[in-house]
Amino acid sequence: MSTSVIGNTHIHAGQGDGTNTTVGFWIYLMSDCLIFAVLFATFGVLAANTAGGPGAKELFDLPFVLGETMLLLVSSFTFGAAMLNLHAGRKRSVVGWLGATFVLGASFIGMEVYEFTKLIHEGATPATSAFLSAYFTLVGTHGLHVACGLLWIAIMTHQIMRHGLDGVARRRLACLSLFWHFLDLVWICVFTFVYLRGFL
Amino acid sequence: MFGRLTLDAIPYHDPIIMGTLVVVAVLSFALLGAITYYGKWKYLWTEWLTSVDHKRIGVMYIILGLVMLLRGFADALMMRAQQAMAANGAAGYLPPHHYDQIFTAHGVIMIFFVATPLILGLMNVIVPLQIGARDVAFPFVNSMSFWFSVVGAVLVMMSMFVGDFAATGWVAYPPLSELHYSPTVGVDYYIWSLQISGLGTLLTGINLVVTILRMRAPGMDLMKMPVFTWTALITNILIIAVFPVLTATLALLAADRYLDMHFFTNELGGNAMMYINLIWVWGHPEVYILILPCFGAFSEIIATFSGKPLFGYKSMVYATCSIGVLSFFVWLHHFFTMGSGANVNAFFGIMTSIISIPTGVKLFNWLFTMFRGRIRYHSSTLWTIGFMVTFAIGGMTGVLLAVPGADFVLHNSLFLVAHFHNVIIGGVVFGCLAAISFWFPKVFGFTLNEFWGKVSFWCWLVGFLLAFMPLYILGFDGMTRRMNHYDVPGWQPWLIVALCGAVTIGAGIVATLVQLAVSIRARDAHRDLTGDPWDGRSLEWATSSPPPFYNFAHIPQITSLEQHWDDKKAGRAYIRPTHYEDIHMPRNTGAGVIISGFALVLCFALVWHIWPLATLSLLGVIGTFIARTYDRDVDYYVPAAEVERIENARFAQAAEVERSEKMDFAPLDKAA
Repeated sequence: MSTSVIGNTHIHAGQGDGTNTTVGFWIYLMSDCLIFAVLFATFGVLAANTAGGPGAKELFDLPFVLGETMLLLVSSFTFGAAMLNLHAGRKRSVVGWLGATFVLGASFIGMEVYEFTKLIHEGATPATSAFLSAYFTLVGTHGLHVACGLLWIAIMTHQIMRHGLDGVARRRLACLSLFWHFLDLVWICVFTFVYLRGFL
Repeated sequence: MFGRLTLDAIPYHDPIIMGTLVVVAVLSFALLGAITYYGKWKYLWTEWLTSVDHKRIGVMYIILGLVMLLRGFADALMMRAQQAMAANGAAGYLPPHHYDQIFTAHGVIMIFFVATPLILGLMNVIVPLQIGARDVAFPFVNSMSFWFSVVGAVLVMMSMFVGDFAATGWVAYPPLSELHYSPTVGVDYYIWSLQISGLGTLLTGINLVVTILRMRAPGMDLMKMPVFTWTALITNILIIAVFPVLTATLALLAADRYLDMHFFTNELGGNAMMYINLIWVWGHPEVYILILPCFGAFSEIIATFSGKPLFGYKSMVYATCSIGVLSFFVWLHHFFTMGSGANVNAFFGIMTSIISIPTGVKLFNWLFTMFRGRIRYHSSTLWTIGFMVTFAIGGMTGVLLAVPGADFVLHNSLFLVAHFHNVIIGGVVFGCLAAISFWFPKVFGFTLNEFWGKVSFWCWLVGFLLAFMPLYILGFDGMTRRMNHYDVPGWQPWLIVALCGAVTIGAGIVATLVQLAVSIRARDAHRDLTGDPWDGRSLEWATSSPPPFYNFAHIPQITSLEQHWDDKKAGRAYIRPTHYEDIHMPRNTGAGVIISGFALVLCFALVWHIWPLATLSLLGVIGTFIARTYDRDVDYYVPAAEVERIENARFAQAAEVERSEKMDFAPLDKAA
């Protein structure tokens, strides 16, 4: 894309050089953050309402959750590595690191699905109590986001292989990177306020 | 296969609904038939439905708002008629379950599918023109947002004929809205129509904030932004801050209803008060989302038609910002009676009263703008003055309600109903109608008929006073809202007056429709050839009416707050550029329409628990979106020669006008 000739009009045509997209996506993340804020607040209000059902201490397996946390943290690192290689223009390494991120993210989702199935088999379902409704919704919403992130990673990998590291790919990877790190941050809060809190 | 959907879902037994169905069906077939007969499908698809032009999307939003106004108003008339009849043992003509759906639908439609589309439409049309941009930041997203709103509106309309609508009141408080007490699909229609249109509103909010922050013409710093754009900025920030809360809250209600969860149920630890807090964390800022752009429109109108710069521009900006901030600290005044304790109630009561200060600042600014101005009584001026009078009354009753002690008496009474109609009709509706008459020539290139515009105004004003002043009195008399019938003989005369008021408002709506028809028929006599029919002050009046699809051939350099006015005074306006450049523009796309089509099927399938169809349509939504990301041909350049051709035609037209003006009148006040 030529940026020099058109100058100002270029930016004002509503397409621009991609920075609008990054700003817009960042604002979207803030609105997403508010969805999580509502879910956290709801969890905070309902956490004590176990309605005679099991509570956090009986249900959660901290070392297991720590494992999930580690997967996600490492995936943030691998995504960072992909971005560094993107700036260096190394297409194959970008794809490789994205692949590593995908595997880590998918393992996280796998562990979460296992954890949920186990809870449900133990009789701790979302229908058991308000506490468990809030728990499954908050953690599940995060998981749904990660799953969307995985789909996005897969599509970006395909687009990079097909079109190379062009401006569009750079813009989208910048957004995806924001998204992925944002989910990591949310998970830190989930780990702290949902899991650790239960053991205080 | 069809989930919960059976043929019983269609209310054959109800003559009112079936009659409406016939009318809607006949009108729709007539419309579709006319499009087919005149061979306009291709034109409609390529020029409108798939358009990413912010002006066209804005126009479509406004059409959506006006069409839904007819439905919402029909609901209002039915309610008024019911209450005028159902006194002293009479049952009226609407059975309670139907009546409950009508007041719910009335509220939902008026807020989400009338006021919101009107506001979003106005901002879409005006903001890019006022800041000298060629489109919004994300034109495809803009198109998708609009079609999401349409899907929401279609779902609400559908609910009338297939199944039922929520009978819970427009904010659907649990536990009433829970499965146990509302077992039909009504609340599900409510949830999914608001989810999809809310998503559209959120995306528009993001879009316009980025547009305003990043795409202003060079030289336009924040304090050189026209007031309407300022109010649009704050409104869109509020949208981004609160619509996610609505989304999350409705998602939790949906989880209760679909997945047997217990967020807001009576049993197993649910807490209904959580919902009521959350919905008003969204709901109160929402009313400022609706009113702020109207404040902006009134500011532009009053300055233009007083022939003076807006009095107190800076205080107007600060007032707008402080209303934006304060709007987050008042939500609890919707449920003082919940019992949060004296201190909490006192805090929210005081915060609520404080909001009247910046609002008062605005009112005085408008008055001082008119002071010693050369006021032209255009119909938009009348709407503005009518607004100032009625809104002041509504504001004062609002401050009254903000006192928790008084609220304990007036909570959920007709006094409250009168109050919020007072501010929403006097503020938002008058504001949108004023803005439509003001900016109509900019968008369509001809002015609206003034006679019918004024008839409409007087009908609305008188009708409003007749319809709602009695409700204040009834509220003091202890009549609560949403009553299907009542046994107090003394209330009936007031309710008959209110019905007369509603009918008068109906005459106002008819006058608006006549105004549109008359103006369209006489459009050649009322062409706006200059692009500046009202001797305007801000940038949108500098381009032609209607503006070319790229808005400005050259992005203007901004040096002052009232750029166009100062240009006219300094003789810098309408100077023909020596050369033109290629212009970069987004291509139209059908992706927004297609995604929304799938979303409509998805929501319908979710309402009726048709899981295979829901899965398929969800895949359709995601798949279409992904396919769109593979489309690399999303923009193009308009060649300079083409721009030159369009601009030359425009300058030739303007020269024509100037010549004829010179012959007809002595030079106007051009020398000043």
